[in-house]
Amino acid sequence: MGNEESVFFSRVLTELTLSFHIIYATIGVGIPLMIMIAQWVGIKKQDEHYILLARRWTRGFVITVAVGVVTGTAIGLQLSLLWPNFMELAGNVIALPLFMETFAFFFEAIFLGIYLYTWDRFENQKKHLLLLIPVAIGASFSAVFITIVNAFMNAPQGFDLVNGELVNINPILAMFNPAMPTKVAHVLATAYMTSAFILASIGAYRLLKGSDHIYHKKALLLTMKIGLVFSIAAAVIGDFSGKYLAEYQPEKLAAAEWHFETHEGAPLMLYGILDDGEVKYAIKIPYALSILAHSDPNAEVIGLDQFKEDEIPPLYIHYLFDGMVTIGIWMTLLSLVYVVGAWLKWSFIRTRWYRWLIVLGGPLSMVAIELGWWFAEVGRQPWILRGIMRTEEAATTSGQVDMMLILFAGLYLILAIGSVVVLTRMFRKNPVEQELADRELEKEGDKR
Amino acid sequence: MTLEIIGISVLWLFLFGYVIVASIDFGAGFFNAYSLFRGKQHILTRIIQRYLSPVWEVTNVFLVFFFVGIVGFFPKTAYYYGTILLVPASIGVVLLAIRGAYYAFTTYGGLKHKRYTYLYGLSGLFIPASLSIVLTISEGGFVTETASGIQLDYWALFTSPLTWSIVVLSLAAVLYISAVFLTWYANKAQDEPAAELLRKYALIWSVPTIVTATGIIIELKDHNPEHYSRLIDVWWMFALSFILFAGTVYLIGKRKAYGVAFGLLTGQFLIAFFAYGISHYPYLLYPYLTIYDSFTNEAMAIALIIAFIAGLGLLLPSLYLLLKLFLFNKDYVQGKRDDHA
Repeated sequence: MGNEESVFFSRVLTELTLSFHIIYATIGVGIPLMIMIAQWVGIKKQDEHYILLARRWTRGFVITVAVGVVTGTAIGLQLSLLWPNFMELAGNVIALPLFMETFAFFFEAIFLGIYLYTWDRFENQKKHLLLLIPVAIGASFSAVFITIVNAFMNAPQGFDLVNGELVNINPILAMFNPAMPTKVAHVLATAYMTSAFILASIGAYRLLKGSDHIYHKKALLLTMKIGLVFSIAAAVIGDFSGKYLAEYQPEKLAAAEWHFETHEGAPLMLYGILDDGEVKYAIKIPYALSILAHSDPNAEVIGLDQFKEDEIPPLYIHYLFDGMVTIGIWMTLLSLVYVVGAWLKWSFIRTRWYRWLIVLGGPLSMVAIELGWWFAEVGRQPWILRGIMRTEEAATTSGQVDMMLILFAGLYLILAIGSVVVLTRMFRKNPVEQELADRELEKEGDKR
Repeated sequence: MTLEIIGISVLWLFLFGYVIVASIDFGAGFFNAYSLFRGKQHILTRIIQRYLSPVWEVTNVFLVFFFVGIVGFFPKTAYYYGTILLVPASIGVVLLAIRGAYYAFTTYGGLKHKRYTYLYGLSGLFIPASLSIVLTISEGGFVTETASGIQLDYWALFTSPLTWSIVVLSLAAVLYISAVFLTWYANKAQDEPAAELLRKYALIWSVPTIVTATGIIIELKDHNPEHYSRLIDVWWMFALSFILFAGTVYLIGKRKAYGVAFGLLTGQFLIAFFAYGISHYPYLLYPYLTIYDSFTNEAMAIALIIAFIAGLGLLLPSLYLLLKLFLFNKDYVQGKRDDHA
């Protein structure tokens, strides 16, 4: 296998691993916060339903964490196995957040074990809730640290390259690179948003499938509210990300927006297709790209003409970008209408078709997460470390990457099937009505 | 003490932590599967599940900590070991992944089938075998560096008696460590039959552990004379380790002070592990890579050490809490409480 082939298979395997891992990672970052909110609301309102909600979410969460942990271990090792040259260079500058991530994860793992096995140990529910805080903090900080590493790949700084030697290394400066604030905020907000919409989707599905229990209605309203808050946050941060890109990675923005020539008052291209270098069927919003990039309708936006042919990312990232943004806006509207509708008692939000849209919203949000990461990664090409190291220079020279691709594809298939089967069985065998009735009996038994 | 030595000592200590906690975990899985096979599952399962459930995730982190840390402190290892280990490390990760995920699926998800118990038990033996290969490779003689890159000679590796001795040692040690710990744990749980059975396993596996460990030292004489002579320099550490080993076996044999026995065992492995590590110094990979030529820059090293100390300040109290609530909580250990979500 030639080196070109190892580069190709290394890229495919990394993409596969990340695409699979991000599903569980997103849930792993977002759900602890949802459990925390539900348990807190339950304690505040003295409402058994919210506490049970937290409890049932926790049970499902453990399964997804397990898969997230093992796929996270896989990607952690694959960084060194598939991109040894990159890790040798990057290890010198950006090892600190990678190292801190293991601590954040350690912290989360310890307290998750404790939280899970102390559900009825405390008289005071608040004490138990306290144990969840380190889980949520650990989960979110894992995401923060890992995203910092990714931000560094987009906007490397904190070192000088003199004759191929790294000098003046400053690990803190490398961490706080220009891409970091928007990227970290965007990853966190969308993880919370997606987790909320996935839980909403489960609640809506139960309501559609015959259960009319108030438990599911409470769950649905709570998660739609949380989803709305974070989808608005994600949109605001998205706007800042545009400004970051215009300043530091103009080629990524230009490729995503099919902005070929540098000029002032640039329009925004929505959708459309690219036919022989010409944009067709696109919706053109005048001045919108200049506003997105610089908050000024007349500002100049750098186009692809300023870059060498072999230093611009593939133009199909436009579709990824548009897909992500469209889903984001759609979910904001869907949750906004639902929350306002619940407040003003609109009846159509309780119709079957609206609930089906909510059911669809969970998987759709996850699709947006995938599109966003593909956009982030493909949009950085041909660089692995922008301006410093090209992807093909970073890959392993080993000839066995294709075999490993098959091996890991098999693993992810097994894990996907296993987790889906286990999760559905877990909740189907023990529906909430059953569990509520059991708890009632137990309480009466205690009284006697 | 140089930054290099601090870095490698910290990593080595965490790897030791992994060896102990993972051995307990791997061995427990194997004993569980074996007792199911022999139709005696009722004796062990309860004890093993009780111990493993709250801690399994923590075990994994020790390993992640080690390989992330080594790339941080010694970035050149990413290039050398990253290139060489693609296949063995990938196989290790796949096994770890299946094992970890299916543990959660069966324990929390109610996926009950004999098949998984066997899968879980056997994967627990394959993982240490595949991971221990890294130690063999580090001894040198299986890797060649040419202009086109680095190559691992699989044929030489898999036909070397050293490889197989280290594999056998890793398996024997896993079962020995696990059996001694679980004897103590079962005894605390006042589970007589389980403690008796595990005590028997501990005594059985103590023999191959010490025999292969000695055998490996002798084999190194031919394979890597430089390392061998440095091993002999620290003979007193191995002697001390052996005395602790004898102490553990004595206590287990006499059915006395199982807690102390496990303490002695930890000491035995700690000393032997560090004696091996010290004699391996300064090489990370004979003869290509030492801790000096692969070390990161000073700024990063200091940042990592500060992060490590801060992280430890956070971790040690949390680990203590975990142990206090589950390992040293009488009600929990004896099965009087189960507050699972």
